[in-house]
Amino acid sequence: MSRIDVRKTYKLYIGGAFPRSESGYSYEVLDSKGKFVANASLASRKDARDAVGAARKAFGGWSGRTAYNRGQILYRIAEIMEDRRPQFVQAVVQSEGLSAARADKVVDEAIDRLVWYAGWADKVTQVLGNTNPVAGPYFNLSSPEPTGVVAVLAPQESSLLGLVSVVAPVVVTGNTVVVVSSYERPLPAVTFAEVLATSDVPGGVVNVLTGSAATVAPWLAAHMDVNAIDLVGVAGEPALATDLEVAAADNLKRVRRAPAAEPDWSAEPGLEPMTAFLETKTVWHPIGV
Amino acid sequence: MAKTTSAAFEYAPAPESRSIVDIKPSYGLFVNGEFVDGHGAAFKTLSPAIEEVLAEIAEADQADVDAAVKAARKAYDKVWSRMPGRERAKYLYRIARIIQERARELAVLESLDNGKPIKESRDVDVPLVAAHFFYYAGWADKLEYAGRGADPQPLGVAGQVIPWNFPLLMLAWKIAPALACGNTVVLKPAETTPLTALLFAEICQQADLPPGVVNIITGAGATGQALVSHPGVDKVAFTGSTEVGKAIARAVAGTDKRVTLELGGKAANIVFDDAPIDQAVEGIVDGIFFNQGHVCCAGSRLLVQESVFEELLERLKRRMSTLRMGDPLDKNTDIGAINSAEQLHRIRELSEVGDAEGAERWAAACDLPAKGYWFPPTIFTGVSQAHRIAREEIFGPVLSVLTFRTPAEAVEKANNTPYGLSAGVWTDKGSRILSMADKLRAGVVWANTFNKFDPTSPFGGYKESGYGREGGRHGLEGYLK
Repeated sequence: MSRIDVRKTYKLYIGGAFPRSESGYSYEVLDSKGKFVANASLASRKDARDAVGAARKAFGGWSGRTAYNRGQILYRIAEIMEDRRPQFVQAVVQSEGLSAARADKVVDEAIDRLVWYAGWADKVTQVLGNTNPVAGPYFNLSSPEPTGVVAVLAPQESSLLGLVSVVAPVVVTGNTVVVVSSYERPLPAVTFAEVLATSDVPGGVVNVLTGSAATVAPWLAAHMDVNAIDLVGVAGEPALATDLEVAAADNLKRVRRAPAAEPDWSAEPGLEPMTAFLETKTVWHPIGV
Repeated sequence: MAKTTSAAFEYAPAPESRSIVDIKPSYGLFVNGEFVDGHGAAFKTLSPAIEEVLAEIAEADQADVDAAVKAARKAYDKVWSRMPGRERAKYLYRIARIIQERARELAVLESLDNGKPIKESRDVDVPLVAAHFFYYAGWADKLEYAGRGADPQPLGVAGQVIPWNFPLLMLAWKIAPALACGNTVVLKPAETTPLTALLFAEICQQADLPPGVVNIITGAGATGQALVSHPGVDKVAFTGSTEVGKAIARAVAGTDKRVTLELGGKAANIVFDDAPIDQAVEGIVDGIFFNQGHVCCAGSRLLVQESVFEELLERLKRRMSTLRMGDPLDKNTDIGAINSAEQLHRIRELSEVGDAEGAERWAAACDLPAKGYWFPPTIFTGVSQAHRIAREEIFGPVLSVLTFRTPAEAVEKANNTPYGLSAGVWTDKGSRILSMADKLRAGVVWANTFNKFDPTSPFGGYKESGYGREGGRHGLEGYLK
């Protein structure tokens, strides 16, 4: 008789802990062929609010880390992902229906993307900041700073590479994030959260909610303690994206708009995924003896 | 009419002559390089210092907005987006030069229409306007070096709406970078201060700027709304209240329009016990009484370390007693007129709320001119963070004074606002300046100075003070893709 395997419970990731949804709701996750895989937690309004609270609490500490330290931690995430590569390949095969070889490539790209962003941690300030030659005896310096708490609606199709591609650029600069995973393909996000929990990422810096963007996103878009929102997870749903953008105006969130269709995640991202969630601060001081 | 508030010296009146300006009885809209009639209900613009009607101004209705956007689109497609950057640059340099040549005329007109003292319009506003055009002119043929890719492209037609506090300077902040990047513009000045924008239209004619590259349409909120929600506009740039900024953010939701918003503020000006007190007092006065406090980045919340509170307050009151309020055209005037009856009403109303909530009001004894809109420089002490005068933007010469004990408390209080435009820090300790500058959530931090502006220096807010930057290399971002 074959051994009965021990299945994993897929939970939310909030403030460094793995709670179930406070609502008690879960939903069935199927693989690409329609076969039952697991029940995932269905995040509620309360979960979203708890996640924002955790992200706000973590912001001061995370943005106050040295850029070198944040870069090391992102690199550490890549290391642990590499270590758990077979698990990620399997998760991508299961959720996206890719061949093993193709899924292997996707995991390569996800890990390499983390390494790419890890390197940006202590360079983005140099590329985006500068001194300004003002016409007077003043020292004047402009530098980028993180926007704050960012809500991210992760892409629906690319469950791992897409997820990494929208979370890494937000946190590498010192923001903290509440990310809503793909609805139908949430399990790679949960496994990614388990990597975060063992990669020296402080609790609350990344909070992962599984469930429906259409249900949770309106609360995040209207939350007065969220500073910005990335709408890529509702790509191709212009009516919902417009509603979320309207709600986001209540406290003038920075909005990264939803494209018409999900982008090609294997393309070089450029600076924009980072600059969308950065502010420029300019400091003046007189020069004199 | 200038009234001194000090017993020290009497000044003889020294008014700048009005004869340098030639105000027409009425103005049309500037569309496609010419002045045309508007089809809305014409309105009047006043001199707020004497309540004299200066001119009648056309109101642009929906059809006029449409015509202006069409003219801008045509100029964009046929001329401006195709013109090499070095040629665009020369037009902008020409404009900068004409502004310098006509500087005094612009300054007098600005002070007449706005109410600000001539020494500010002459020495701050207009020189910064010329400098802004000069600065962005040089970018027009160097955009590939701006760090935005090898071949950055303009956005198209920019719809720009500006406020009444720095009418010509805000025009420069909007038009100069837009044109340098290859966009064309439709700009709406504020309804109480349209005259320098209309004179700027004449400057565009003198510069032989191709028709339609700059269009100036006048009107109030409805005209602005028609402009920013026009489907032919690719980019919206707005400076004004947070309330209107939010309405614009809602109006552009679901479109491809790019937006930059420069909105309200409630800046903390933080004075530590080791600060050079006399310099700090000058900075406090500049911070809140410059331009009658009609400044979005005004230092309207003074946070003073408890141990120096009494001494600082005494010196601040003494300094305030020497401020001269009166005729904006008088070269000795420090404080001019409030821009409109409506704004005066709002300042009075919020100040009365300050009284009612238990704060203590103080203003130097002075006689207000009989005509015009005036409000004396005023401070409130005994203010708590919950008071409305500590939370809401008054946009007038009213300072709320609070105290703190530790740097951490100062940071906490300074950041305890939905706004995040600017902040000030006064201390002799370098490490403290850098630590405070790091922790203050504001787009501009002035350390041991306040209210300094420069075309090379990016300006703009965090949080509900808006998004995007104006000025400097960063200011190009809002006009390129």
